[in-house]
Order: sequence, then C-alpha cells, then structure tokens
Amino acid sequence: MEPTSHAFKDNVRKALNDDQLQRALGNVKTGFIDKRAKARAALPEFDQLRDQARDIKDHSLAHLDLYLEEYERKVTYSGGHVHWAATAAEAREIILDLCTRAGAKTVTKGKSMVAEEIALNDHLEAQGIEVVETDLGEYLIQIRGETPSHIIAPAVHLNKEQIEQDFRKTHTDLPEDRSLDRPEQLVNEARTVLRDKFIAADVGITGANLLIAETGSSVIVTNEGNGDLTQILPRVHIVIATIEKIVPTREDAMTILRVLARSATGQEFTTYTTFSTGPKRPDDPDGPEEYHVVILDNGRSEMLGTEFREVLRCIRCGACMNHCPVYHAIGGHAYGWVYPGPIGAVLTPSLIGVEKAGHLPNASTFCGRCEAVCPMRIPLPKLMRKLREREFEKAASPWQQRAGIKIWAFFAKRPRLYRRSTNILIAILARFGRRRGTFRYLPFAGGWTKYRELPAPQGRTFHQLWREQRNERVHK
Amino acid sequence: MTYTEDSRNKIMNTIRSSLGVSGDEAERITRTSIRLDQHKPNLIPERARKTQLENIALFRNMMESQSATVVELKGMDDVPGAVAGYLRDNNLAAEIRMGSDPILTELTWSAALALETKIGKAVPQDSAALSRAFGAAAETGTLFLLSGVDNPTTLNFLPETHIVVLRKVDIAGSYEEVWEQLREVQGQRTMPRTVNLISGPSRTADIEQTIIMGAHGPRRMCILLVGTT
Repeated sequence: MEPTSHAFKDNVRKALNDDQLQRALGNVKTGFIDKRAKARAALPEFDQLRDQARDIKDHSLAHLDLYLEEYERKVTYSGGHVHWAATAAEAREIILDLCTRAGAKTVTKGKSMVAEEIALNDHLEAQGIEVVETDLGEYLIQIRGETPSHIIAPAVHLNKEQIEQDFRKTHTDLPEDRSLDRPEQLVNEARTVLRDKFIAADVGITGANLLIAETGSSVIVTNEGNGDLTQILPRVHIVIATIEKIVPTREDAMTILRVLARSATGQEFTTYTTFSTGPKRPDDPDGPEEYHVVILDNGRSEMLGTEFREVLRCIRCGACMNHCPVYHAIGGHAYGWVYPGPIGAVLTPSLIGVEKAGHLPNASTFCGRCEAVCPMRIPLPKLMRKLREREFEKAASPWQQRAGIKIWAFFAKRPRLYRRSTNILIAILARFGRRRGTFRYLPFAGGWTKYRELPAPQGRTFHQLWREQRNERVHK
Repeated sequence: MTYTEDSRNKIMNTIRSSLGVSGDEAERITRTSIRLDQHKPNLIPERARKTQLENIALFRNMMESQSATVVELKGMDDVPGAVAGYLRDNNLAAEIRMGSDPILTELTWSAALALETKIGKAVPQDSAALSRAFGAAAETGTLFLLSGVDNPTTLNFLPETHIVVLRKVDIAGSYEEVWEQLREVQGQRTMPRTVNLISGPSRTADIEQTIIMGAHGPRRMCILLVGTT
C-alpha cells in the first residue's frame, strides 16, 4: 500500500471525528488490557519468561547469518525450497512466479503482516489471480478495500452493523431476507463462503510467527484454524517471512509462544499453533506437494547494525497498541501504513524513511505503557526519542517547531536566565488568567488551545515553591 | 529463481557487516551448533512441573476452560461406545472418519451399533473425525497431533466435530517434554510434515471482540481421556 504516514495530522483529525471508529475503539480500551492482565496474573513466571524471550531473540539476532544458513539447510533437506528476497518487489515477483507455475487461479491466504508490507494481494490480483483472505478480520477488510487497523485484530475498527452491510453487498447470491444481526450469523456466513474457497484454492499463502533453525520448520498461530486449511488443502504452500523470525530450537520457540498469546489476546495459548516442515511425505494422505519459504529482508539486515536493532525482537503481539492512549484515540489507520501503534511509530520510519513517516514518533505521550507491556522488552519510547532526534537532524520537522525548540534550548542551557524569565512569564500569565482560571486562547499556542484550555499558573514557579517549603522546614 | 542467489548473498553480506562478523568465526559456529544439538529447555513454569495425577487434572481443567468436552474412559475398548454416545448426545450423524492408526482401527467398532466408520483423510462432506493425539501438555491443555497416514491433518480441521483419543500416560506437564518424546520416537532435528498443537475448538473474536465458536475449524471438540490413574 502507498503510505499516507506523511499526512498523519490529517489522518488523526479524520479519526477523531469518526463516530463509528470511536465506538469501535471502545472495545480495545477495556477488552485486551483486562485479558492480558488476567493471563499475566495466572502465570507467576510471566515476567521471567519475558526476560528469557528477549535473550533468545538477542542471541538469534547476534547469530542471524548462521541460523538462517542452518534453517535453509534443514528446509532443503526436508524437501522444501527457500527463496531469498532483498526487497518487497523481489518477494512479490518470486511469489507471483510460484503461483503462475502452479497454474493458480485461486489463492487463499492466512493472515500475514509481511504480505501487507509488500502489498502482495494487489500484485497477484493485477495478474488475474483471485486472492482470498481467510482470517475473518482480514476477509472483512478485504471486501471493504481497507488495510488492517491492528496487527492481530485487523477489523477492530468495525462495528457489526457495518459488517452486516458489507456482507449483504458482497454475498449477493444469498437470500436477501436472511437475518444477520447476531455475530454468530455473520461468522457462519463467512465460514460457508470461505469453505468453498479453501477447497478451490490452488495455492495457500501463510506468514510465519517463527522459523526454527533446528528443524527447518515454520510456525503459525491462529484461533480460527484458517491458516491450517490454507496450508493443508492446496497443492502448493508458500510461506512469507522476514529474516528476524528465526529462533534456534523448538525449546526457544516455546518460551516465546508462552508470552505471545498471553500478551496478545490474553489467552493461555492460541487455539492452533502449527509447525510445518517441508512438503507432504511419501506416505502422507494429505498436505501440500510443494513447500516454499520466501525470506524477505526489506531493510532489516541494515537495521541490525543500527541503534534500532532491538525492534527486530518484535513478535507482533499488538500489546503495545492495545495499551497505547494515542492508539485508543485514533485507531490504526491514522498511522498511514502497515504497522500501527507504538511499534509502527518506530518500525515505519525505519522501513520507509523518516521523511515519509517522521510524524509518527511524535505521536506519543511517552507514558511508557508500551515498553512496560512489551513481551520482548523493546524500549519503544527510547527508540521514538531517537527518531525524533533523527527527524530534527535531517531538518524534516517544520521550521516553527525547530525554531521553538532552539529558543527553548537557549534558555534551558542557561539556568539562571531560564528561572528569571519563567518567573516573569508565570507572574504575567497568573495576572491575566486570575479571573477565569484558564486560558481559552494564547498567542503562539493557538494549535494547542484550539482543543483544550490551559490552566492559568498560580503565580509562582516550582523552584520558588520548593525554596519556600525548604526554608519553612529549616525554620521549624 | 533469477535473483534469489544474488539476493541471498546480498542479505548475508549486509547481516554480517551489520554484526561486524565474517561468518567464519569458529567461536560463533561452535556456540550455535552446541545450542542446536543440546536444545536445552528454558524456564519451565512451576505449574508444568507437577505429578502425573496433577498433570491430568490440570489438562482437563484447561481443556474445559477452552470450551472442549472431556470424557474419561477406563480403557481403549470403551472408545467406540463413547464416540457413538457423544455423536448421539449432540444430535449428530452416526458416522466417523479416522486415519489408519492401528490403535483406533483395531478397536471393535461393530460394538457401537449403527456407527459408520470411514478410513482415510477427511473430505469436505465428513461431519465428524476421530484422531489420536501423540501427546499433550497439561500447562495450557494443549494436544500434540502428528500428520501422517495414521492421523491425517485434514481430520483436525475439515469436519465440524473433532473427537480426540488421548491416553493419560501420554500427558506431560510441559510442551518441552512432548518435544523430547517426539525426538525419542522420530530422532533428533526432524519433524513430521505437520505438528498441530491444539487447545480447544476453533473460534474467532474478530467481530467486536465477541468470542464465537466454530470460525473455520471444528465447532466442537471432545477429548476421550483413556486409562486408569
């Protein structure tokens, strides 16, 4: 998809005025947070497991070249094929080529953020291949022509009335008078429609939550079982995964899986966790005849050598956005590309450039909840701060902001001058604001006061109050 | 592929320059091969380190909280009757699909009157399937099912009803114990085509975060827990 992250401010304004969206976001604020808290409380070792999961990924990244080679060896040994794609365009070409060679008319897809990242569907559809998303949430946004608004709940921005309308518009061969007001009815209808697609598909494409060097296995987790029907019924199974998904062993995979579902949906474990290794074996009555893994880099190998390496630990659980006050207010689409929320604010500028997505790291209150809940302990606020610095260095931010920061820095570096001038400023503001107690408008701060009122200062600075209090104590 | 070899070199070179390594460092190679060979477990939660009796109870609890039905049976001979009974109680057709697992096929199915049994992988028309789990981890109520002619993977996903036979002796505390059992049977560093870790019937929460059962996989799941304790 074409990023709109550069238009972040406009996106935000639209999101805040979208009543449907605001209603749907109400579900995020409570559901995910409570469920994760319960799952964490039920497993006393949870935080220790997070430390270990972080260490596993750090170890894997530090030996990434060797584990990828070992993984490739094992996939090949089990009869599968590994394809390397340095860029999104290469990955699209490789997958299109595999689909064409399989004579594919219909392709089913399990949910994959990497497929979103490389805009795979558009590319295949342009060649006349029917691409069907099978995860219910992904299917909903596919028929609406939208992109996911959340990493694990792609349709979290929708309400069921909207879904009912979309189903009536899309599934026109079903009776018009059918009842669709209950979620069960909507799920059933999707099940019936998609069942035929599963059976008709020539190629199934899934992502991978993990790749295992020990055995050459790819791992997916789903609750619906759609990923499994996608990969066991068609003749060809294609996995699209990025280089940083690798872990050494099954044991390492289990430690990460122990924190994944609990952080994401608050489940003890996802309903289906599937390990796939190569194509079907000679005696197997079912499974794909071909197994391909497309390993995509798309800038990650370079990130590995920068201060953003820690982002590569991300396991895409979505906990950071579930706990983010900014995401709660604006939803995922406002972020303008594939990855929303705090992880998106760090990943997007790193992948598509600070010039195109420089606003995203500014959309943070630095409250620190994202880092506090991240199962891989990624220091998201620290990394956002680094991106802000980078944006400033590259002069990508507007001149008013740059000038403002420079003026502030001038005073901040001269404490005595800073104190004296704030004393004066605060005394003036206190006098003017005494009657109302707040300011509805302030010169040079119109953007801020447009949405909120500034409480008037009481007349003295913190330093003054502190000094007075200390003096009182000394005299007592 | 035309550029996959070039891309592979490019990716590997960038990774190595980012890490400041050549890839030939003996110490790194030794470290990774030891890790792969030893495949040491990391922290195993305390709840997964209990007695066999506690494991069985925990497995049952977890499975039930994940919306599966658990039925305890004394011996394998009780399986056909329990399958017929479960289908009848849920008003389902008296037919069951299973693979070639001798532990299942050699049971006296004629004892379950009017129950039709079919052998082989699942087809879209099948309404119910029977599998045998290789093992299970009690810690989250998770079954391990292996692909192959004995228990084809399609049985786990296509039919609306999935019945799974699990012997109590095959229940472990942790996932890691089950992987170790699999290594004993199939060897180091190898896997069947598909290993399914299953914790209850299919579900979705994609519509307003309401959990609805039977998204794409089975709508209902029944575990036949076999053995005396």
